[in-house]
Amino acid sequence: MIIAERKPLPEVLGMLDGSNEILVLGCRSCTAICLAGGEKESKALCEALALHSELKGKGWKVETLTVERACEREFLDPLVGFSGTVVSMACGVGAQVVQDICPDARTVPGVNTSNMGAPEGIGAFMEKCAGCGDCILHLTAGICPIARCAKSLMNGPCGGSQNGRCEVSPDLPCAWDQIVMALERQGRTELLAVNIPPRDWRPSRNGGPRRIVNPEAAAGEAQRAWREGR
Amino acid sequence: MTISGLQGSLDAGRFVVTAEIGPPRSCEVERLREMARMLRGWAHAFNLTDNQAANVRMSSIASSLICLQEGLEPVMQMTCRDRNRIAMQSDVIGASALGIRNVLCISGDHQTFGNHPQAKNVYDIDSIQQLMVLRRLREGANWSGEALPEPPQLYLGAAANPFADPFEFRARRLARKAEAGAQFIQTQCVLDLERFRSFMQMVVGMGLHEEVHVIAGVIPLRSHKAALFMKNKVAGMSVPDEVVERLRRASDPKEEGIRLCVETIQELSGIKGVHGVHITAIAWEDIIPRLVSESGIRP
Repeated sequence: MIIAERKPLPEVLGMLDGSNEILVLGCRSCTAICLAGGEKESKALCEALALHSELKGKGWKVETLTVERACEREFLDPLVGFSGTVVSMACGVGAQVVQDICPDARTVPGVNTSNMGAPEGIGAFMEKCAGCGDCILHLTAGICPIARCAKSLMNGPCGGSQNGRCEVSPDLPCAWDQIVMALERQGRTELLAVNIPPRDWRPSRNGGPRRIVNPEAAAGEAQRAWREGR
Repeated sequence: MTISGLQGSLDAGRFVVTAEIGPPRSCEVERLREMARMLRGWAHAFNLTDNQAANVRMSSIASSLICLQEGLEPVMQMTCRDRNRIAMQSDVIGASALGIRNVLCISGDHQTFGNHPQAKNVYDIDSIQQLMVLRRLREGANWSGEALPEPPQLYLGAAANPFADPFEFRARRLARKAEAGAQFIQTQCVLDLERFRSFMQMVVGMGLHEEVHVIAGVIPLRSHKAALFMKNKVAGMSVPDEVVERLRRASDPKEEGIRLCVETIQELSGIKGVHGVHITAIAWEDIIPRLVSESGIRP
């Protein structure tokens, strides 16, 4: 899932000057699960904005709506035609799809979108995947060094790994320490003897924004269009 | 073929001395030249660090060249933190064209430690991949496979930290660096001799001491506070309590630190597979001649 964090209220307020109609848009998917932009957080922000407007005489008309998934157009029908300010509590993807659906609206981010990760204990979330486009989890005991090593090293722990911790912070586990331990546990230490050569970063962000086409789905759609005479 | 003086000495079986010079933070060329002149003749080669601890300093290429002009043999350090494979190959070709032969391949301290923690890091390749790329460059092709009419002349080194974890993996990692192209290894500073000995046992047990020259790091400590700093603040260091205590009890901690360093050098020179020492005297470079002379290892 996508992990996000709420922006501090003063920062959100600072983006709203000149607004009249404000819609705080929550998302029931990722940002709800990471407690940043679900229905509850959106309602709370909505109330805070309404109160601020009242106290400061801003005259804002503030409402909130939480959709199933802000990154899919079919869930955004209620927004079509909206031209006020959308405070997006969805991730950066959702915010941009909302902007596509409401081209005349002004979209402001209510959250900072951080990473692709998973819950780890109560209220804590850990990055797991960097979306680098060339998965090597089969070589690294199912633990991603690109996302989880501070230096994205491909060939083992650097000299800063100590007691299973990363040199960057004692709060961070060293991904390579985990990989080495896991491969030893699994009896797959032969993988620890092989050097991985420099990788091709084109499938990652470095080849420019990525457009993925699923050939089967695309072909199916073309066929349907032909059948229906579109 | 012998590419550098350091290689010549190591391959001839001499016990070598290398020492670290931290480049200045600005254009203090004269200060660097003076330091170089002061240190000339006290080590076989001198490492010029590459923005050590992720703090901006004069580039390792420029300071290597200045040392070369002063008659020192440089070991140019190059981190993967600040350069992608394009910049890396370009800088190494440039360095070799200037007469710099020894290159130490390292991943580099993370930028959050330095004076620009807001920076974006690179890590296009890691230190093992860097060795693979630079070896191919030396063999006459860049990483994309294009032939080089005049390849750079390089003697390639890598770092090893016997005090980092997982401990048992450290000798294997050294083996992988040797396989990737490392011809010499400089280790993290040894203050924990016991752990270093067991590391070297693994290295010798794997026969690596015959494939690659291991140069053991040492550091003179000026006080028990310096020892505590190394213990608690420097990533991947092991500082035994006895070392801290010895410096704390000493009436002249600075002298005690020098004695401790000299003793460590002498101990290291007797360990099988150790082919030299690398002295890192951070902001205390003028102590290097004394350490070398008292240890009886002057080149």
